[in-house]
Amino acid sequence: MAVLLVALLLPALASAQLRIEIVDGVEGAMPIAVAPFAWDSDMPEPATSVSEIISANLHRSGLFDPMDEAQMIDRPTRPPEVGFGTWRLLKVDHLVIGRVTDAPDGVGYEIEYHLLDVHTGRILLSQALPVGPGDLRFGAHRVTDAVYERLIGVPGAFATRIAYVVVTDQDGDDELFELVVADADGHNPQTIVRNTQPILSPSWSPDGRKLAYVSFATGRSNVIVQDLYTGQNRNVSSDRGINGAPAFSPDGRKLAVSLSRGGSPDIWVIDLENDRREQLTQHWTIATEPAWAPESGRIFFTSDRAGRPQIYSMRSDGSDVQRETREGRYNARPSFGLDDRHLAVVWSDGDNDFRIAIHDRETDRLRVLSDGRLDESPSFAPNGSMVLYATRQNGRGVLAAVSADGRVRQRLVLSEGDVREPAWSPIIR
Amino acid sequence: MKTALRFTALVMLAAILAACAREVVEEPAPPEPPPPSEPAPVETDRVNPRDYTDARNLDNPDSLLSQRVIYFEFDRSNVRSQFRPIVEAHAEYLRANPSARVILEGHTDERGSREYNLGLGERRGNAVDELLRAGGVPSRQIEVVSYGEERPVCRDSNEDCWQRNRRTEIVYTAR
Repeated sequence: MAVLLVALLLPALASAQLRIEIVDGVEGAMPIAVAPFAWDSDMPEPATSVSEIISANLHRSGLFDPMDEAQMIDRPTRPPEVGFGTWRLLKVDHLVIGRVTDAPDGVGYEIEYHLLDVHTGRILLSQALPVGPGDLRFGAHRVTDAVYERLIGVPGAFATRIAYVVVTDQDGDDELFELVVADADGHNPQTIVRNTQPILSPSWSPDGRKLAYVSFATGRSNVIVQDLYTGQNRNVSSDRGINGAPAFSPDGRKLAVSLSRGGSPDIWVIDLENDRREQLTQHWTIATEPAWAPESGRIFFTSDRAGRPQIYSMRSDGSDVQRETREGRYNARPSFGLDDRHLAVVWSDGDNDFRIAIHDRETDRLRVLSDGRLDESPSFAPNGSMVLYATRQNGRGVLAAVSADGRVRQRLVLSEGDVREPAWSPIIR
Repeated sequence: MKTALRFTALVMLAAILAACAREVVEEPAPPEPPPPSEPAPVETDRVNPRDYTDARNLDNPDSLLSQRVIYFEFDRSNVRSQFRPIVEAHAEYLRANPSARVILEGHTDERGSREYNLGLGERRGNAVDELLRAGGVPSRQIEVVSYGEERPVCRDSNEDCWQRNRRTEIVYTAR
């Protein structure tokens, strides 16, 4: 009953919001201060300020230890106003200051910000970033991306989104499956599609505009491609048997899928422009979960052709098949980040504990990153910094994220329902 | 001291025995052996539970036809011998009723990756499909649909639940 009530109260498309908790941060995270940004606009200032969003982002990364706004004695908004001595006394290494003004052309805002090195007094970064009228949060994420890149040396992944599936119990035996897209910090959750039949395997197009996913809306599995801006969706595969595991090619023109129309699941590639299909594997065992390697364009996939599921790779025409993983009895669901070297997988050494691991293809070593019993669906952040995955907590599905080095851990919790099948978007320009 | 040890050993033995006994109970109940043949009752409206061509037996708890779930071992898709009589009964029904249609829904437990489990669920559906066709059922009467781990009948993360979820359900869409 309570569930039903909540469902009725929710607006048609908004969904409950994920709360992100830091489980583990880095010992000796970098002390930084994000001073409150000046608000020089005729528009009312939003409840959560730009500087608060930047500060929360940096904290969530686990690599920074942002100072509490209440402890700031000084609140400069322009470089000449900064008294570096004060910040040195507060033991802060870096300082972010700025202001929000109306855009020069009158549409939206401009975020002017500066990143300063407190010890040398140098300005490390200065930028004026134009943002659309409803995009202040997104603007704050882009500022964080730039600050993160300047200080850590790799691009940030704050101005990104995540897709996931939420399952809630309805009256009787029914369940409701919702495919949700939210900002990477859990804000602005939007339900893309909902159904009483299963939805799984969301996969982003490289431009972040579309999602491919598997829907059982007809009672059978179908692969759907949906445009997130227009809402338009297209059924791209509804063959006899399984239509599953969609993955966009790096140029966005093709979709690798797993189809069992030949009797057992094989990897196929569908050309999204002319609908032509090409079969890449032909084996009586299971071949599924294709993933395109970002550098070589090889297609990695899961197959049990050697008895148990392991990861294999092949050229995008299906030739030159190679086995990639050997450590452990179970390796499945490959996911790539920035490079071809690191591959996130579901790993198990037995039948009962399934964990997230990163397989380093250069050293051929496997590093287990999670400690759950039923961890699955790893999805690399587009900058390779973290792996998002599904796990269980107190009998409920939740999402978790772990840094590629295993030092930072986050939990992403929803107040109701089971969360699963996360997919981290590419960096959205 | 000795008594205490002996007592501990006894308790442990009892626990082990209990565990073993429970495991046996937890196995999905094998189908009941066909009842010994007896002279058919003369009453015309009584259903013979062993008449697998009679649609009424689909809802008759005394008939094998009312059993429509085949259970599997972990990561396996072979139909175990105790479930074959169920499949054979449905083969007989489908042969005798050419307009009847079934969907074989293949399911897995929650362990491992979802897409791989779609493949595994399909294998379990196919295993029953092959038996039905070997029993003379034309393939047009059968469709296999795999739900992988997406439609569990039991939600706990333990073997009790998992073995109930590793299954193929024979679903009649037309009788």
